[in-house]
Amino acid sequence: MTAFPFNAALLLAAMLFSIGLAGVLVRRNLVFMLMSLDIMLNAAGLVFVAAGARWQDASGQVMFLMILALAASETAVGLAIILCLHAHGRPSLDADTGNLLRG
Amino acid sequence: MYVLPLLSGGLTLVGAMMVVTCPVAVHAVLYLVVTLLSLAMVLAMLGAQFAAALEIIIYAGAIMVLFVFVIMMLNLGQPDRDREKEWLRPRAWIGPGLLAVVACGELLYGLPTLSDPDGAVFPIDARDVGLSLFGTYVLMVELASFLLLAGLVTAFHIGRTLRETP
Repeated sequence: MTAFPFNAALLLAAMLFSIGLAGVLVRRNLVFMLMSLDIMLNAAGLVFVAAGARWQDASGQVMFLMILALAASETAVGLAIILCLHAHGRPSLDADTGNLLRG
Repeated sequence: MYVLPLLSGGLTLVGAMMVVTCPVAVHAVLYLVVTLLSLAMVLAMLGAQFAAALEIIIYAGAIMVLFVFVIMMLNLGQPDRDREKEWLRPRAWIGPGLLAVVACGELLYGLPTLSDPDGAVFPIDARDVGLSLFGTYVLMVELASFLLLAGLVTAFHIGRTLRETP
């Protein structure tokens, strides 16, 4: 398999992070905001793995595993909050209306 | 020579753009799955096969299933689709798009100081990762388990109040 160049990985991660940032800023639906956050976390993990492969250090992949655990718990809690908001009779998933969380 | 890296990197970017711009939630989830699979291909080409397998198993397998279940339970329909299209007018894209382009430009401007001309990558197999994970970073693994437990308890608590309230 052809190797992915380190510079191209940095380029890809920067563009992926910007796309995720634009998604978080533009979308008002909470589900789409969570998906854009996942894209941003993936970009950060890609930089970690690429740096670990470049300097031949296993710490990059360890950090990628930590990012994976963080993304899993963040997504679970965020989706639980979305379901809670939806069950309380909120008509839409607009992020601007959910400023009171009387859990 | 560079067909496979270009293909998987381009697929990642196109999939991410479709996630950000797609008005239908289920389509966005499927595009995100495509993005994650091609990103796993990029990770495998960087010599991190273990990370690529975990990306497929945990991200594309577990987290995306969570998204699909929640979208099924939300029961989105045509009104949500129309409202989403109403929110995604071109005027809404001006400010955030400008900010994201400026941030991307800064990152691309700063990249040449980080990069080096040869840029060779070395494969790291799962054995090295495991030795590092349970040797140097064993405390961090415990902290990650705390984090997962806290996420579990939080999700359970929020779901419990969901069931008890009329």
